Amino acid sequence: MPSEDTVISCRNVWKLFGPHPEKFLKSMPDGMGYDEIAVAGYIAGVKDVTLDVSRGEMLVIMGLSGSGKSTLVRCLSRLHEITGGTVEVEGTDIGGLSERDLIELRRNKMGMVFQSFGLLPHRTVLENVAFPLEMRGQDRHARRARALEVVKLVGLEGREEYFPRELSGGQQQRVGIARSLAIEPDIWFLDEPFSALDPLIRREMQDEFLRLQEMLGKTIVFITHDFDEALRLADRIAIMKNGAVEQIDTPDQIVLNPATEYVAKFTEEIDKSRVVHAGVLVEEGAHPAGGDPVDAGATIQSLARRIVNDSADTIPVARDGKVIGAMPRAKALNVLLGGAG
Amino acid sequence: MLGVAVLLTVLRPWLPAGLVRIPEAWLLPWRDWIDVAFEFIRGDREEGRFGLIYITRALSGGLEFILDAVANVLYGKHRWPRIEQLPWPVITGCMAVLGYALGCWRLALLAGGTFLWAALIGQWDLTMETMSVIAVAAPFAFTIGGLLGIWSWKSKRVEETIKPLLLVMQVLPFFSYLLPAVIFFKVGPTAATVATIAYALPPMILMTTLGLKKVSPEVIEAGKMSGCSSWQMLRHVYIPSARTEIMVGLNQVIMLCLAMVVLTAAIGMPGLGAKLLAMMGSFKLGRSLEIGITIVLLAVTLDRLSKAWVVKQPEHFEKGTPWWRRNIYLVVGIASFVGLYLLSWVSQGLSNVNFEDLTWSNAHQYAGGVLDEVKRKQSMTQGRALDGQIKQFLAFDWVQSTTYAIRYFFNNFILIPSEKALLFVPTPAVILAVTALALGLGGFWPGLLALVFFCIVAEFGYWDRAMLTLHSVFMATFFAFLFGAPLAVWAARHEARARRLILLCDTFQTFPSYVYLLPAVMLFGISPVTVIISILIYTMVPVMRYTVEGLRGVPAEMVEAAEMSGATRSQKLWKVQIPLAMPTIAVGLNQALVFAFFMVIIAEFIGTRDLGQEMRKTLAGTHLGWNFVLGFSVVFMALTFDIAINAWAERRRKILGLA
Repeated sequence: MPSEDTVISCRNVWKLFGPHPEKFLKSMPDGMGYDEIAVAGYIAGVKDVTLDVSRGEMLVIMGLSGSGKSTLVRCLSRLHEITGGTVEVEGTDIGGLSERDLIELRRNKMGMVFQSFGLLPHRTVLENVAFPLEMRGQDRHARRARALEVVKLVGLEGREEYFPRELSGGQQQRVGIARSLAIEPDIWFLDEPFSALDPLIRREMQDEFLRLQEMLGKTIVFITHDFDEALRLADRIAIMKNGAVEQIDTPDQIVLNPATEYVAKFTEEIDKSRVVHAGVLVEEGAHPAGGDPVDAGATIQSLARRIVNDSADTIPVARDGKVIGAMPRAKALNVLLGGAG
Repeated sequence: MLGVAVLLTVLRPWLPAGLVRIPEAWLLPWRDWIDVAFEFIRGDREEGRFGLIYITRALSGGLEFILDAVANVLYGKHRWPRIEQLPWPVITGCMAVLGYALGCWRLALLAGGTFLWAALIGQWDLTMETMSVIAVAAPFAFTIGGLLGIWSWKSKRVEETIKPLLLVMQVLPFFSYLLPAVIFFKVGPTAATVATIAYALPPMILMTTLGLKKVSPEVIEAGKMSGCSSWQMLRHVYIPSARTEIMVGLNQVIMLCLAMVVLTAAIGMPGLGAKLLAMMGSFKLGRSLEIGITIVLLAVTLDRLSKAWVVKQPEHFEKGTPWWRRNIYLVVGIASFVGLYLLSWVSQGLSNVNFEDLTWSNAHQYAGGVLDEVKRKQSMTQGRALDGQIKQFLAFDWVQSTTYAIRYFFNNFILIPSEKALLFVPTPAVILAVTALALGLGGFWPGLLALVFFCIVAEFGYWDRAMLTLHSVFMATFFAFLFGAPLAVWAARHEARARRLILLCDTFQTFPSYVYLLPAVMLFGISPVTVIISILIYTMVPVMRYTVEGLRGVPAEMVEAAEMSGATRSQKLWKVQIPLAMPTIAVGLNQALVFAFFMVIIAEFIGTRDLGQEMRKTLAGTHLGWNFVLGFSVVFMALTFDIAINAWAERRRKILGLA
C-alpha cells in the first residue's frame, strides 16, 4: 500500500494496443488471458500491473523482449497513455495532468535513459546534455555550468565539443546518462541502458552506474532483459511476462522462493550463493552459537569457507555490528551447493 | 477481355463508325466546362468581379520585386537596390570557396570552373538570368514544400488529400504548369518563377513528410522526456533529426527548378533555355552545343554542391580555437568577395583609362576589362566555328548515309507501321486491352482505374493525338529497354563497373530533360525519329539504373547458393538474379514510362503531331480548359501505367519476401 515514501504507485494499470482499446477494456470479462485478448485482436502491452516504488529504491523490471517492460516504463512517464488504471507520481495522478503540467513534471522531476541513446545528432555533447535545461528556459550561462558539471560527473571531460557520431557506444550512453541527470530529477528511468553495449563495456558501465547511484540516491526504475544485470543492481526485481508482473520481490527472495514456474526457470541457471545474503537466511528462534558473527549484507558465496569449515549448526549474523540472530548452516550449505533449497 | 479487343480489331472494317471512334456528338464539352469554372474562380479585373486573380496579381507584385532585386545583383537589371551587376569573378570565386567548404578542392574546381566557363564563353548574362529565377524559386519551393510536408505529417487527413494530388502533379505535363502561371501571374520571369515553384514542390513535400516520419522513436521520447513543448519538439528534435531527408528534398527542388526554368522558354522567359531553343530552332548546332554544355555543367555543379551539403556533418573544434579558425570558410569567402570585387572595380577603371601612350597598354587593357565583364568580342566562344564544323561533319557521306539509313529504317519499318497499327485499332479495343493489362498486372483496382482513366481520355476527344503520344512513349521505352537492360546486366556483373554506371546514370539524371533533345537533333535533324531517340536516351537512364540496382540488390547468399548448386552464369542470371530483381526493374520501367510521358511533351519543341503540339497552341491564348483537357489526357494515361506497375512490383516484392 502507498506510504509516505512511495514515489510511484501503479494501480491496475492496463495498456492495450488495438483498434478501440478503451471500449474493449470496459467490456472485457475479468480474468481474460493474454492469448484470449490476442484472439480478440488486441495486444496486452501491460496487463493489470500494480506496484509501488519507494523513495531511493532501485526497482529493476526484468523480462524477455516483448514482455511489456518497456511499455510499462513508458506508462509510468506517460510517454504512453494508459488504457486503464492509475499511475500516481508523488501522489498526483499523472493521467489527469494537462499537457503543460506534464511537461513541467518532466522538466523538473524525471530523467530517462534510452537503449540506443536517443541523442540529437546535430548537437555537441555539451548541447545534448544541456538540452533539457534549454527546454525549460534556463539561461545560457547557468545551463552551460550545470552541463559541464554533469559531463564531468559521467567522466566525459574534454569531450564536450564532440558530436555524438564521434563517440563510442559507451561514451554515447554516458552522454545519455548525463542528459537525464542534468535537471537533477528525483525519478530516473533507464530503459535497457547497457543492452546495446558490448559485454566488457557493459560491466564497466554498471560499476559506473552503481557509483553514481551511491552518490545521488535517486528513485530508479531500471529495465533489462539480462537477469545477471538485474541481480547485480536491484533492490527489488519485477519479472514480467506477456504484459503481467509474475513476481516482484528482492533478488534473494526471487532466487530462493520463485513464485511461478516461469520465474523458477530464470533462476535455475543462477549461482544462488552469489545472490543470497546472510541476513535473509536468519531464522527466528535459532540461537546464536559461538564464533564471530558474520555480516548480514555478505553473500553466501563470500562466506563459503566459513560455512563449510564451521562445525556449529548455526552461524551468528550481525547487522551494523549488532547480532540479529543466526542462520542454520544446513540452509546456507544448500544455497551454496545447490541442494533442495 | 483481350480476346474481345483482338476481335474488335480484326472486325474493324465491318464495325459501325461509332465503335471505332467515339462520335463527335457524344463528346462532352469538357473544355468549355473547365473554362467556365475557371472563369468563375479567376474573377475579372475589368468587370470588377472578385476572384483568385486579385490575390495572384497582388502576390505577383511582391514576387516581381524580389525577382527584380535579384536580377539587379546578378545581371544588372535597373531596379532596386541598384547595386548593379556583381562582376563575374566575384560570383565565380565565391562559388569556388563554397565548393571547397562543402567538399574539397575537386568540388571547388567544378563550381569555379562552371562559372568561369560561362563567363569566358560569353554566356554570363544568360546564365545569371536563369540563375536568378532559381535563386528565387528554390527558397520559395523549399519553404512552401517544407511547410506542406510538415502539415501533411501532422494531419492524416491532409496527407490523404495531398497524396493523389502529388501523384497527378508529378505526371502533369509542364505546359499545364505554364499556362495557369501565365494567366494568373505576369508573363515573363514572374510566371516562370511561379510555374517553377509549383513544379518543384512535390518531392520537397514527400521528402519532408518521409523524414519526419522516420525520426527514431527513442529520439522523440528523449525529446518528450526533456520536457519539450510541441513547438520545441518540432524545432529542436524533429526537424534537425530529419535533416538528411529535408536536404535531399532541397537537392531535388534545386534540380527540378533548373529543369523547369529551362523549359519556361516556352512562355518567353529569357535565359539559357530560350537561347538554346532559338539556336536549336535555327539549326546553329555549335552554339546550341555550347549552351547545352553550360546547362549541363550548371546542373552537375548545383547537384554536387547540394548533395555535398546533404552529407556534410558538423566537425568539432578543440577548445580555444579562435573565431576565425572556426569560420575559416566564411572568412575566406568574404575575403575573396571583397578582394575580387575590388580587383574587378580596379580593372574596370583600368579599362577606361586610355593606355595608348604606353607600350604594353593593349595587353593590360584587355586583361583589365575582362575581369569586370567579358564583352562580346572578348569571349572565347567558338560557337560559330563549331556550327560550321558540325555541319561539315554531318555532311560527310558516311555520317549522312549512316544517320539516313537509321532514320529510314526506323521510320519505314518500325515507326510508321506501328503507328498506323495503333491508330487502326478501334477505341474500345484499346481501352479493353489496357484494362486487361492493368488487371493482370495490378489486380482489381488498377484494372478499374485503367478502364475509367482511358474512358475519360477517349471522352476528352483527342484520341488520335493521345494514341500518337502513347505510341512515342511505348516505342522509346521499348528501345530503352532493348539497349539499356543488356548494358545494365553486363555492368552489374562487377561491383566497380556497376558503381561507375550508377554514377554515370546519376549524373545524367541531373541534366535538365530539355538538353536531351540536343544530341538527337544533331544527329537526326528534325524528324519523328529524333523525338523517339531523345526520349530513348532520357529513359535509358532509369532503366539502367534500376536494373543495375535490382541485380546488385539480390542477396549474396542466394547467388552463392545458386553457384554452389552448379548454375552456369546464364542459369544464375535467368533463374535467380532476374526474377529477384524484377520488382526493382519494374520500378525502373515505371519511372522510364513517366519520364517518357514527360519528355514526349518536351519533344514538341522540335515538332510532333501529338498532344504536346496541341498543348503548345494553348499557350498562345487563355484556353485553360483546352490546355487542361490535353494535360489530363496525358496524366490519366501515365497514371494508369504508374498505378498498375507499382501495384505489380509491390505484390511481387511481398511474394518474394523482399519488402
